[in-house]
Amino acid sequence: MEGLGFLGAGIGAGLAVIGAGLGIGNVAASAAEGVARQPEATADIRTTMIIAAALIEGVALFGEVICVLLALK
Amino acid sequence: MKRVKAIKANTILKVIALIVPLLLSINSFTLASTPETPAASQSPKTEVTAPQTAAAPAEGAEGEEKAGDVIMHHILDNHILAFEPFGEIELPKIVVGGFDLSITKHVVMLWVVSAILIALFALAGGKYKKMTARQAPKGLTNALEALVEFIRVDVAKANIGKDYAKYLDYLLTVFFFILLCNLLGLVPYGSTATGNINVTLTLATFTFFITQVAALKAHGIKGYLAHLTGGTHPALWIIMIPIEFIGLFTKPVALTIRLFANMTAGHIVILSLIFISFILKSYIVAVVMSVPFSIFIYLLELFVAFLQAFIFTMLSALFIGLASAHEGHEEHEAGAAHH
Repeated sequence: MEGLGFLGAGIGAGLAVIGAGLGIGNVAASAAEGVARQPEATADIRTTMIIAAALIEGVALFGEVICVLLALK
Repeated sequence: MKRVKAIKANTILKVIALIVPLLLSINSFTLASTPETPAASQSPKTEVTAPQTAAAPAEGAEGEEKAGDVIMHHILDNHILAFEPFGEIELPKIVVGGFDLSITKHVVMLWVVSAILIALFALAGGKYKKMTARQAPKGLTNALEALVEFIRVDVAKANIGKDYAKYLDYLLTVFFFILLCNLLGLVPYGSTATGNINVTLTLATFTFFITQVAALKAHGIKGYLAHLTGGTHPALWIIMIPIEFIGLFTKPVALTIRLFANMTAGHIVILSLIFISFILKSYIVAVVMSVPFSIFIYLLELFVAFLQAFIFTMLSALFIGLASAHEGHEEHEAGAAHH
Protein backbone atom coordinates (compact mmCIF):
# COMPACT_ATOMS: atom_id res chain seq x y z
CA MET A 1 0.00 0.00 0.00
CA GLU A 2 2.98 2.32 0.43
CA GLY A 3 3.37 2.64 -3.32
CA LEU A 4 -0.02 4.35 -3.55
CA GLY A 5 1.56 7.57 -2.26
CA PHE A 6 3.89 7.63 -5.23
CA LEU A 7 1.00 6.79 -7.54
CA GLY A 8 -0.97 9.70 -6.13
CA ALA A 9 2.00 12.02 -6.50
CA GLY A 10 2.54 11.01 -10.11
CA ILE A 11 -1.11 11.31 -11.10
CA GLY A 12 -1.42 14.59 -9.23
CA ALA A 13 1.65 16.06 -10.93
CA GLY A 14 0.30 15.00 -14.32
CA LEU A 15 -3.12 16.51 -13.68
CA ALA A 16 -1.60 19.77 -12.43
CA VAL A 17 0.52 19.97 -15.58
CA ILE A 18 -2.52 19.32 -17.80
CA GLY A 19 -4.42 22.11 -16.08
CA ALA A 20 -1.56 24.57 -16.26
CA GLY A 21 -0.83 23.66 -19.88
CA LEU A 22 -4.44 24.23 -20.92
CA GLY A 23 -4.60 27.49 -19.00
CA ILE A 24 -1.35 28.98 -20.24
CA GLY A 25 -2.09 27.71 -23.74
CA ASN A 26 -5.39 29.57 -23.72
CA VAL A 27 -3.70 32.71 -22.44
CA ALA A 28 -0.99 32.55 -25.09
CA ALA A 29 -3.47 31.81 -27.89
CA SER A 30 -5.64 34.76 -26.97
CA ALA A 31 -2.61 37.01 -26.60
CA ALA A 32 -1.29 36.01 -30.03
CA GLU A 33 -4.71 36.70 -31.51
CA GLY A 34 -4.88 40.06 -29.81
CA VAL A 35 -1.41 41.05 -31.01
CA ALA A 36 -2.28 39.98 -34.56
CA ARG A 37 -5.37 42.17 -34.51
CA GLN A 38 -3.82 45.13 -32.74
CA PRO A 39 -0.02 45.13 -33.08
CA GLU A 40 0.18 48.54 -31.40
CA ALA A 41 -1.10 47.06 -28.13
CA THR A 42 1.69 44.45 -27.98
CA ALA A 43 3.35 45.81 -24.82
CA ASP A 44 0.11 45.96 -22.83
CA ILE A 45 -0.98 42.52 -24.00
CA ARG A 46 2.40 41.04 -23.12
CA THR A 47 2.25 42.42 -19.59
CA THR A 48 -1.27 41.16 -19.05
CA MET A 49 -0.34 37.79 -20.51
CA ILE A 50 2.68 37.36 -18.26
CA ILE A 51 0.67 38.24 -15.16
CA ALA A 52 -2.13 35.84 -16.07
CA ALA A 53 0.35 33.09 -16.94
CA ALA A 54 2.15 33.65 -13.64
CA LEU A 55 -1.09 33.36 -11.69
CA ILE A 56 -2.04 30.13 -13.47
CA GLU A 57 1.47 28.79 -12.99
CA GLY A 58 1.27 29.66 -9.30
CA VAL A 59 -1.80 27.47 -8.86
CA ALA A 60 -0.15 24.63 -10.79
CA LEU A 61 2.95 24.94 -8.62
CA PHE A 62 0.84 24.62 -5.47
CA GLY A 63 -0.23 21.25 -6.84
CA GLU A 64 3.29 20.25 -7.79
CA VAL A 65 4.67 21.13 -4.36
CA ILE A 66 2.01 18.95 -2.75
CA CYS A 67 2.96 16.12 -5.12
CA VAL A 68 6.65 16.48 -4.26
CA LEU A 69 5.78 16.38 -0.56
CA LEU A 70 3.75 13.21 -1.14
CA ALA A 71 6.58 11.56 -3.04
CA LEU A 72 9.28 12.49 -0.55
CA LYS A 73 7.39 11.77 2.65
CA MET B 1 33.09 22.89 -52.72
CA LYS B 2 35.72 20.24 -52.47
CA ARG B 3 37.12 21.77 -49.32
CA VAL B 4 33.73 21.70 -47.65
CA LYS B 5 33.36 18.03 -48.48
CA ALA B 6 36.82 17.32 -47.18
CA ILE B 7 36.01 19.05 -43.90
CA LYS B 8 32.81 17.12 -43.61
CA ALA B 9 34.55 13.83 -44.16
CA ASN B 10 37.09 14.87 -41.59
CA THR B 11 34.50 15.72 -38.96
CA ILE B 12 32.56 12.55 -39.66
CA LEU B 13 35.74 10.57 -39.13
CA LYS B 14 36.37 12.39 -35.89
CA VAL B 15 32.83 11.76 -34.65
CA ILE B 16 33.15 8.07 -35.51
CA ALA B 17 36.49 7.94 -33.75
CA LEU B 18 34.80 9.41 -30.68
CA ILE B 19 31.67 7.29 -30.74
CA VAL B 20 33.15 3.86 -31.44
CA PRO B 21 35.18 3.72 -28.23
CA LEU B 22 32.09 4.88 -26.36
CA LEU B 23 30.06 2.03 -27.79
CA LEU B 24 32.81 -0.40 -26.96
CA SER B 25 33.18 0.92 -23.44
CA ILE B 26 29.44 0.66 -22.82
CA ASN B 27 29.55 -2.98 -23.81
CA SER B 28 32.46 -3.61 -21.52
CA PHE B 29 30.70 -1.80 -18.68
CA THR B 30 27.50 -3.75 -19.05
CA LEU B 31 29.58 -6.90 -19.04
CA ALA B 32 31.52 -5.76 -16.02
CA SER B 33 28.44 -4.81 -14.01
CA THR B 34 26.47 -7.98 -14.61
CA PRO B 35 28.27 -10.13 -12.03
CA GLU B 36 27.20 -9.40 -8.48
CA THR B 37 30.55 -8.16 -7.23
CA PRO B 38 29.97 -4.47 -6.79
CA ALA B 39 33.11 -3.80 -4.78
CA ALA B 40 35.42 -4.91 -7.56
CA SER B 41 33.70 -3.21 -10.47
CA GLN B 42 32.61 -0.06 -8.68
CA SER B 43 35.85 1.86 -8.38
CA PRO B 44 36.90 1.97 -12.06
CA LYS B 45 33.38 2.97 -13.02
CA THR B 46 33.33 5.98 -10.74
CA GLU B 47 36.62 7.08 -12.15
CA VAL B 48 35.44 6.89 -15.73
CA THR B 49 32.00 8.38 -15.33
CA ALA B 50 32.92 11.27 -13.09
CA PRO B 51 34.65 13.50 -15.68
CA GLN B 52 31.70 13.18 -18.09
CA THR B 53 29.63 15.68 -16.12
CA ALA B 54 31.87 17.58 -13.81
CA ALA B 55 29.01 19.28 -11.98
CA ALA B 56 27.57 16.06 -10.62
CA PRO B 57 29.07 14.57 -7.48
CA ALA B 58 30.70 11.19 -7.93
CA GLU B 59 28.47 9.50 -5.34
CA GLY B 60 25.75 9.32 -7.97
CA ALA B 61 27.53 6.46 -9.66
CA GLU B 62 26.80 4.25 -6.69
CA GLY B 63 23.24 3.62 -7.69
CA GLU B 64 19.83 5.03 -8.30
CA GLU B 65 18.72 5.09 -4.67
CA LYS B 66 21.56 7.53 -4.02
CA ALA B 67 20.48 9.93 -6.76
CA GLY B 68 17.48 11.23 -4.85
CA ASP B 69 19.60 11.84 -1.75
CA VAL B 70 22.23 13.73 -3.71
CA ILE B 71 19.59 15.88 -5.41
CA MET B 72 17.91 16.70 -2.12
CA HIS B 73 21.29 17.42 -0.54
CA HIS B 74 22.00 19.84 -3.38
CA ILE B 75 18.62 21.57 -3.14
CA LEU B 76 18.20 21.82 0.61
CA ASP B 77 19.95 24.14 2.99
CA ASN B 78 22.77 22.75 5.10
CA HIS B 79 25.71 23.73 7.24
CA ILE B 80 28.49 22.93 4.79
CA LEU B 81 29.95 25.14 2.10
CA ALA B 82 31.25 22.56 -0.36
CA PHE B 83 34.03 23.31 -2.82
CA GLU B 84 34.09 19.81 -4.22
CA PRO B 85 37.67 19.03 -5.24
CA PHE B 86 39.25 21.47 -2.77
CA GLY B 87 37.46 20.45 0.40
CA GLU B 88 34.68 22.12 2.34
CA ILE B 89 34.01 24.70 5.04
CA GLU B 90 31.90 23.67 7.99
CA LEU B 91 29.64 26.47 9.19
CA PRO B 92 28.86 26.82 12.90
CA LYS B 93 25.49 25.88 14.35
CA ILE B 94 23.97 28.66 16.42
CA VAL B 95 20.83 27.95 18.42
CA VAL B 96 19.34 30.80 20.43
CA GLY B 97 16.44 29.98 22.74
CA GLY B 98 15.23 27.01 20.71
CA PHE B 99 15.45 28.86 17.39
CA ASP B 100 18.01 27.69 14.88
CA LEU B 101 19.74 30.93 13.92
CA SER B 102 22.82 29.32 12.44
CA ILE B 103 24.60 30.67 9.41
CA THR B 104 23.79 28.19 6.67
CA LYS B 105 24.76 27.82 3.03
CA HIS B 106 21.85 29.95 1.88
CA VAL B 107 22.53 32.65 4.46
CA VAL B 108 26.08 32.90 3.14
CA MET B 109 24.68 33.19 -0.38
CA LEU B 110 22.36 35.99 0.77
CA TRP B 111 25.37 37.86 2.16
CA VAL B 112 27.35 37.28 -1.02
CA VAL B 113 24.45 38.62 -3.07
CA SER B 114 24.12 41.67 -0.84
CA ALA B 115 27.85 42.35 -1.04
CA ILE B 116 27.86 42.04 -4.83
CA LEU B 117 24.84 44.33 -5.14
CA ILE B 118 26.36 46.97 -2.87
CA ALA B 119 29.63 46.87 -4.79
CA LEU B 120 27.90 46.95 -8.17
CA PHE B 121 25.65 49.88 -7.40
CA ALA B 122 28.30 51.81 -5.50
CA LEU B 123 30.45 51.53 -8.62
CA ALA B 124 27.64 52.58 -10.96
CA GLY B 125 26.54 55.39 -8.63
CA GLY B 126 30.08 56.70 -8.39
CA LYS B 127 30.29 56.86 -12.16
CA TYR B 128 27.02 58.79 -12.30
CA LYS B 129 28.35 61.40 -9.90
CA LYS B 130 31.34 62.02 -12.13
CA MET B 131 29.26 62.31 -15.30
CA THR B 132 28.12 65.61 -16.77
CA ALA B 133 24.50 66.06 -17.75
CA ARG B 134 25.11 65.52 -21.45
CA GLN B 135 27.20 62.38 -21.12
CA ALA B 136 25.71 58.97 -21.84
CA PRO B 137 26.49 56.07 -19.47
CA LYS B 138 28.74 53.29 -20.75
CA GLY B 139 29.32 49.64 -19.98
CA LEU B 140 28.09 48.39 -16.59
CA THR B 141 26.40 51.68 -15.76
CA ASN B 142 24.49 51.53 -19.01
CA ALA B 143 23.39 47.94 -18.42
CA LEU B 144 22.17 48.73 -14.91
CA GLU B 145 20.45 51.87 -16.12
CA ALA B 146 18.52 49.86 -18.71
CA LEU B 147 17.23 47.49 -16.01
CA VAL B 148 16.47 50.30 -13.56
CA GLU B 149 14.61 52.23 -16.25
CA PHE B 150 12.65 49.11 -17.14
CA ILE B 151 11.54 48.58 -13.55
CA ARG B 152 10.84 52.30 -13.06
CA VAL B 153 8.75 52.87 -16.19
CA ASP B 154 7.27 49.53 -17.18
CA VAL B 155 6.73 48.03 -13.75
CA ALA B 156 6.40 50.75 -11.11
CA LYS B 157 4.91 53.61 -13.10
CA ALA B 158 2.61 51.40 -15.17
CA ASN B 159 1.15 49.58 -12.17
CA ILE B 160 1.27 51.99 -9.25
CA GLY B 161 0.50 55.28 -10.91
CA LYS B 162 1.65 58.76 -10.06
CA ASP B 163 3.16 58.27 -6.58
CA TYR B 164 5.26 55.33 -7.70
CA ALA B 165 8.51 56.94 -6.53
CA LYS B 166 7.81 56.02 -2.89
CA TYR B 167 7.79 52.30 -3.68
CA LEU B 168 10.50 52.36 -6.34
CA ASP B 169 13.29 51.75 -3.83
CA TYR B 170 11.69 48.56 -2.59
CA LEU B 171 10.83 47.30 -6.07
CA LEU B 172 14.34 47.90 -7.42
CA THR B 173 15.94 46.28 -4.38
CA VAL B 174 13.75 43.21 -4.53
CA PHE B 175 14.21 42.85 -8.30
CA PHE B 176 17.99 42.96 -8.25
CA PHE B 177 18.20 40.87 -5.11
CA ILE B 178 16.05 38.06 -6.49
CA LEU B 179 17.74 38.26 -9.89
CA LEU B 180 21.20 37.88 -8.42
CA CYS B 181 20.08 35.12 -6.04
CA ASN B 182 18.62 33.22 -8.99
CA LEU B 183 21.70 33.73 -11.15
CA LEU B 184 24.17 32.73 -8.43
CA GLY B 185 22.38 29.39 -8.21
CA LEU B 186 23.54 28.67 -11.75
CA VAL B 187 27.27 29.17 -11.22
CA PRO B 188 29.61 26.51 -9.81
CA TYR B 189 29.80 26.46 -5.98
CA GLY B 190 26.78 28.71 -5.83
CA SER B 191 23.41 27.75 -4.42
CA THR B 192 20.01 29.27 -4.97
CA ALA B 193 19.00 31.18 -1.90
CA THR B 194 15.61 31.84 -3.51
CA GLY B 195 15.16 28.07 -3.70
CA ASN B 196 14.65 28.20 0.06
CA ILE B 197 11.06 28.80 1.09
CA ASN B 198 12.11 30.85 4.13
CA VAL B 199 13.83 33.42 1.92
CA THR B 200 10.91 33.77 -0.47
CA LEU B 201 8.44 33.94 2.41
CA THR B 202 10.45 36.78 3.93
CA LEU B 203 10.46 38.68 0.64
CA ALA B 204 6.73 38.12 0.20
CA THR B 205 6.13 39.31 3.77
CA PHE B 206 7.82 42.61 2.91
CA THR B 207 5.47 42.97 -0.04
CA PHE B 208 2.52 42.09 2.18
CA PHE B 209 3.30 44.76 4.77
CA ILE B 210 4.09 47.40 2.18
CA THR B 211 0.81 46.61 0.43
CA GLN B 212 -1.17 46.90 3.66
CA VAL B 213 0.53 50.14 4.65
CA ALA B 214 -0.13 51.54 1.17
CA ALA B 215 -3.79 50.59 1.46
CA LEU B 216 -4.07 52.12 4.94
CA LYS B 217 -2.42 55.34 3.77
CA ALA B 218 -4.59 55.60 0.68
CA HIS B 219 -7.97 54.88 2.24
CA GLY B 220 -7.56 55.42 5.96
CA ILE B 221 -8.58 52.88 8.57
CA LYS B 222 -12.26 53.24 7.67
CA GLY B 223 -11.73 52.74 3.98
CA TYR B 224 -9.41 49.81 4.67
CA LEU B 225 -12.07 48.06 6.72
CA ALA B 226 -14.69 48.91 4.10
CA HIS B 227 -12.51 47.07 1.58
CA LEU B 228 -12.81 43.92 3.62
CA THR B 229 -16.56 43.96 3.09
CA GLY B 230 -16.08 43.97 -0.65
CA GLY B 231 -18.55 46.83 -1.06
CA THR B 232 -21.53 44.51 -0.72
CA HIS B 233 -24.78 44.63 1.22
CA PRO B 234 -24.37 44.11 5.00
CA ALA B 235 -26.27 40.83 4.76
CA LEU B 236 -23.41 39.37 2.72
CA TRP B 237 -20.68 40.54 5.09
CA ILE B 238 -20.61 37.25 6.94
CA ILE B 239 -19.41 35.62 3.70
CA MET B 240 -17.44 38.50 2.22
CA ILE B 241 -15.28 39.40 5.21
CA PRO B 242 -13.70 35.93 5.62
CA ILE B 243 -13.16 35.65 1.87
CA GLU B 244 -11.51 39.05 1.61
CA PHE B 245 -9.48 38.36 4.73
CA ILE B 246 -8.16 35.08 3.27
CA GLY B 247 -7.59 36.93 -0.01
CA LEU B 248 -5.18 39.26 1.79
CA PHE B 249 -2.94 36.31 2.63
CA THR B 250 -3.20 34.28 -0.55
CA LYS B 251 -1.29 36.94 -2.49
CA PRO B 252 1.96 36.74 -0.49
CA VAL B 253 1.64 32.95 -0.19
CA ALA B 254 1.30 32.69 -3.97
CA LEU B 255 4.37 34.91 -4.38
CA THR B 256 6.30 32.71 -1.95
CA ILE B 257 5.41 29.40 -3.57
CA ARG B 258 5.88 30.64 -7.12
CA LEU B 259 9.44 31.83 -6.66
CA PHE B 260 10.45 28.91 -4.44
CA ALA B 261 8.95 26.20 -6.65
CA ASN B 262 10.27 27.68 -9.88
CA MET B 263 13.84 27.91 -8.65
CA THR B 264 13.79 24.49 -6.98
CA ALA B 265 12.09 22.71 -9.87
CA GLY B 266 14.68 23.85 -12.41
CA HIS B 267 17.53 22.52 -10.31
CA ILE B 268 15.78 19.21 -9.69
CA VAL B 269 15.20 18.79 -13.43
CA ILE B 270 18.84 19.56 -14.31
CA LEU B 271 20.18 17.16 -11.69
CA SER B 272 17.71 14.44 -12.65
CA LEU B 273 18.81 14.68 -16.27
CA ILE B 274 22.44 14.40 -15.23
CA PHE B 275 21.69 11.45 -12.97
CA ILE B 276 19.93 9.53 -15.74
CA SER B 277 23.34 8.78 -17.21
CA PHE B 278 24.66 7.65 -13.82
CA ILE B 279 21.65 5.47 -13.12
CA LEU B 280 21.77 3.80 -16.53
CA LYS B 281 25.60 3.77 -16.41
CA SER B 282 26.08 4.54 -20.08
CA TYR B 283 27.95 7.09 -22.11
CA ILE B 284 25.39 7.14 -24.91
CA VAL B 285 22.67 8.37 -22.58
CA ALA B 286 25.10 10.98 -21.26
CA VAL B 287 26.03 12.27 -24.70
CA VAL B 288 22.63 12.02 -26.38
CA MET B 289 20.39 12.89 -23.49
CA SER B 290 21.93 14.19 -20.28
CA VAL B 291 24.33 16.82 -21.57
CA PRO B 292 22.20 18.42 -24.34
CA PHE B 293 19.01 18.34 -22.30
CA SER B 294 20.60 19.71 -19.17
CA ILE B 295 22.23 22.50 -21.21
CA PHE B 296 18.81 23.28 -22.65
CA ILE B 297 17.19 23.35 -19.20
CA TYR B 298 20.12 25.41 -17.94
CA LEU B 299 19.48 28.06 -20.59
CA LEU B 300 15.79 27.90 -19.77
CA GLU B 301 16.72 28.43 -16.12
CA LEU B 302 18.70 31.51 -17.13
CA PHE B 303 15.53 32.88 -18.67
CA VAL B 304 13.42 31.80 -15.70
CA ALA B 305 15.84 33.60 -13.35
CA PHE B 306 15.03 36.89 -15.07
CA LEU B 307 11.37 36.07 -15.52
CA GLN B 308 10.76 35.17 -11.88
CA ALA B 309 12.57 38.26 -10.61
CA PHE B 310 10.44 40.32 -12.99
CA ILE B 311 7.21 38.58 -12.02
CA PHE B 312 7.83 38.99 -8.30
CA THR B 313 8.52 42.70 -8.78
CA MET B 314 5.63 43.10 -11.20
CA LEU B 315 3.12 41.42 -8.91
CA SER B 316 4.40 43.38 -5.90
CA ALA B 317 3.88 46.59 -7.87
CA LEU B 318 0.47 45.40 -9.00
CA PHE B 319 -0.65 44.57 -5.46
CA ILE B 320 0.61 47.92 -4.18
CA GLY B 321 -1.12 49.67 -7.08
CA LEU B 322 -4.39 47.85 -6.47
CA ALA B 323 -4.25 48.56 -2.74
CA SER B 324 -3.59 52.27 -3.16
CA ALA B 325 -5.82 52.94 -6.18
CA HIS B 326 -7.74 56.18 -5.63
CA GLU B 327 -9.94 56.60 -8.65
CA GLY B 328 -12.16 53.96 -10.19
CA HIS B 329 -13.22 52.33 -6.97
CA GLU B 330 -15.70 49.97 -8.61
CA GLU B 331 -13.10 48.85 -11.12
CA HIS B 332 -10.68 48.17 -8.36
CA GLU B 333 -13.18 45.98 -6.55
CA ALA B 334 -13.74 43.97 -9.71
CA GLY B 335 -10.01 43.64 -10.22
CA ALA B 336 -9.43 42.57 -6.64
CA ALA B 337 -12.03 39.83 -6.92
CA HIS B 338 -10.06 38.24 -9.76
CA HIS B 339 -6.76 38.05 -7.99
